[in-house]
Amino acid sequence: MSDAKKFMYINRKAPYGTIYAWESLEVVLIGAAFDQEVSLAFVDDGVYQLMKGQDTTEVGIKNFSPTYAALGDYDVNKIYIEKESLEARGLTLDDLQHLVWEDEDEDWAEKDSIRVVTSAELAEIFEQQDITLSF
Amino acid sequence: MSILHTVNKSTYERDTLEACVRLAAKGGSVLLIEDGVYSAMSGGNKSSVIENAKDLSFYVLGPDIKARGLGEDRLIDGIKVVDYKGFVELTVSNDSVTAWL
Repeated sequence: MSDAKKFMYINRKAPYGTIYAWESLEVVLIGAAFDQEVSLAFVDDGVYQLMKGQDTTEVGIKNFSPTYAALGDYDVNKIYIEKESLEARGLTLDDLQHLVWEDEDEDWAEKDSIRVVTSAELAEIFEQQDITLSF
Repeated sequence: MSILHTVNKSTYERDTLEACVRLAAKGGSVLLIEDGVYSAMSGGNKSSVIENAKDLSFYVLGPDIKARGLGEDRLIDGIKVVDYKGFVELTVSNDSVTAWL
């Protein structure tokens, strides 16, 4: 595992209007299957990807939002939301899905995957990555 | 002459809605569709784009707000929700349609 690289996926687009959000999710799941250390950041309109209660039955597009809840099972448990992006849109953490993961080292205790961070904190986190992909 | 304007981009990502509002004549109708529906939410720092455009009527496509998990209770006051049938009716009741991208 020492050769595992730190991957950061930056998500900046709303779902459905363009294919970026769905493509990102697919690439994230592929990357996670290769035992890489994966982090996700949701900024700008990307925060809309995690809105609760999405129902696409009337628009005829697949609702891929339930897939985010599976990320924890792929050991993708570092999900950063930019505070400034949420606030600009009149949103709070309560508007987003509650994403969790189970910590194997603590008897599978359920822990939150989402961390709300400031722009400055996110900039620091980006500095620590080996590879950054933007969607 | 009455025009139905459609806007399909989020006002947080593009300036499409601002251009539409600036260039739409008094009494015009604006229908927000696809990612344009995010602009209809109250409480954001771009909500004022619609709130200040008092001379225009705003509509939002219901299926698109449902798809994105936005509740009707969070829409800016005065915006009417229409379904696909309502979209067609707006198209028919106006003289022409301008689709802003």
